[in-house]
Amino acid sequence: MEKDNCLLIRALIDISVVSDFVMSDWDLFIRQARHANLMAKVYCLLKESNLLEKVPQQALLHLQSRYYISDRHSQSAFYEIDEIGKVLSSITVPVILLKGAAYLAQNLRAARGRLFNDVDILVSKKIISTVEKELWKDGWLSFHNDKYDQRYYRKWMHELPPLKHENRGTVLDVHHTILPETAKLKVDVEQLLREVVPVVGFENVYTFSKTDLVLHSATHLFGDGELEHGLRDLSDLDSLMREFSVSSDFWQELVNRATSLNLQRPLFYAMHYCHTILHTPIPVDFFQTFNEKKPNFLLLIIMDNLFKHAFRPDHKSCDSSLTSIARLILYIRSHYLRMPLYLLLPHLFHKMFFSNKEVV
Amino acid sequence: MKVKEIEYSLFKQCLGAEGLFLHIGPFIVKLQSSFTLVAENVYLLYADFTVEVKADFADFHVSVQTPKGVRRWFRPQCLFNFDGFKPFKPLPANHAFVFFEWGLNWCIAQYAHQYLIVHSAVLEKNGKAVILPGVPGAGKSTLCAALSLNGWRLLSDEFALFSLSEKHLTPIPRPVSLKNESVDIIQQLKEGTIFGPLIENTHKGSIALMKPISDYVEASSQTAKPTWVIFPQFKAGATTELTPVMKGEGFMQVKKNCFNYDVLGHRGFEALGQLIEKCDCFDFSYSHLDEALNTFDKLASMSVKS
Repeated sequence: MEKDNCLLIRALIDISVVSDFVMSDWDLFIRQARHANLMAKVYCLLKESNLLEKVPQQALLHLQSRYYISDRHSQSAFYEIDEIGKVLSSITVPVILLKGAAYLAQNLRAARGRLFNDVDILVSKKIISTVEKELWKDGWLSFHNDKYDQRYYRKWMHELPPLKHENRGTVLDVHHTILPETAKLKVDVEQLLREVVPVVGFENVYTFSKTDLVLHSATHLFGDGELEHGLRDLSDLDSLMREFSVSSDFWQELVNRATSLNLQRPLFYAMHYCHTILHTPIPVDFFQTFNEKKPNFLLLIIMDNLFKHAFRPDHKSCDSSLTSIARLILYIRSHYLRMPLYLLLPHLFHKMFFSNKEVV
Repeated sequence: MKVKEIEYSLFKQCLGAEGLFLHIGPFIVKLQSSFTLVAENVYLLYADFTVEVKADFADFHVSVQTPKGVRRWFRPQCLFNFDGFKPFKPLPANHAFVFFEWGLNWCIAQYAHQYLIVHSAVLEKNGKAVILPGVPGAGKSTLCAALSLNGWRLLSDEFALFSLSEKHLTPIPRPVSLKNESVDIIQQLKEGTIFGPLIENTHKGSIALMKPISDYVEASSQTAKPTWVIFPQFKAGATTELTPVMKGEGFMQVKKNCFNYDVLGHRGFEALGQLIEKCDCFDFSYSHLDEALNTFDKLASMSVKS
């Protein structure tokens, strides 16, 4: 594979490349990492590989400064996890942590240096209104007061409108499934719920199993098309797969699980892009097992050309003349994946003319 | 090389083209702007600062640009850009230079968490530094400007940068931003002091920036020991009075003025504790600048004896 001209991607593939960085490389590297929201992660990678001493002081301060923030986010997330677990244990509803909070609770490498904008949890849809009421009593209030937004979330999305704690200001997303209700791809969430794993040291708190953590992350990125933090999310997947694949059965279990949940397509994309962009060591045989669930040859070429832009840091040093158009196409695709056109077009129309906020 | 050692026309040309690397306190700021207002004012007010045409590293890559679209011609605007991020809405074009100042404040407050950052003026005498945390209207900048013209070394008009690792205050002696009536007061205080033009109708009122004395800029690398925290309160008719404040109360007051106390988590708590531990805290009410200056000088000389 050819060498990527993006320093950040090269460092994510193999962090030891920083040993050859000259000062101007550090300048660019910091800027790329900042735009990809990966500064703290890079700091952790450097620390784990005992490479911090290779970092010039001026650059180190920036990485460290961001690491402090991620450290603070983890501390605050742990606090919220504990609080939410307690609140919902009173109504004997298990809390399933998603995404960053799950990686953190299971002490996974993907959590190291990760920033949290919010805590995401999942509860069964049957009891979601009870959960909402219980959280409300504890001070978690919706800050989307717009009637349209409320309806958008409650009718079409896979989550309640985001909640904010009235004292602590932290944000909580309560999901009842992992994809919008209106999305083309459907997931049987009950199957996921049957395999959850308890979080040690917390009462009433669970996460998805290893395979399901990867599948959820892949689904979020490729099935729902949320690419705002493209490289960060791809790097999460890379970290998860690298860590879990220490167990020799992992890849087979992952593919089997994807088959039973009908999530082969997002998993294929996740494995394909982790492998091609971040060189995740995935045995080639497993790419063969997707057969007809793989995108066809032509589609894959198109997707490759779009995603190679989406997974670059959003910094001008990584842009080419096609970057903005590729991002736009993927943005439109993401909305199309989330909603059929007969819902999407009125939604965009509403957002454009009746709301001064950005499209959610 | 100092800014003043470059010819203005060349300075303006470089700033408008690739941009220039300015050494501002502990930071290297790469500034690019084709606004004449920015070039003129940086040239005037940052005259004693070190500048490089080429450098390998900058902490902050910033520019003040003209936004795209019709506003280029119709009621022109300016826009602050931090390496592709645009954290603020555009402002009227006559704000171009203060936009750089405010934008740089934002960069520091958002990204320099190697320091506990307190919104305050910092000055030093005999190696001892006073921190003047500022709620708006308390007279922080006026007092800071007056002290800096009366033998107190200016470390900063805006930020106390308390280094988490070194536990001292790092200078960043940028131009002092004066608002409304304090512009006149300070202009009359000392002849020969250089001011930028008055910028009217900003969200903070009318603003003029005062050039820091060159010795202070020269001493940018000399850190100072935090010794006093003084909460100034300007009040017409008030008697000049320095009242001791309990350390616990001082801690809570300074915390309110911190930009990154919460972001730093336990590190913020520890750093602020260490800072307050080193300082005597006072409330300070005043209505006359000369009396205020006397009080500060007494404080400095008393502590020399003790």
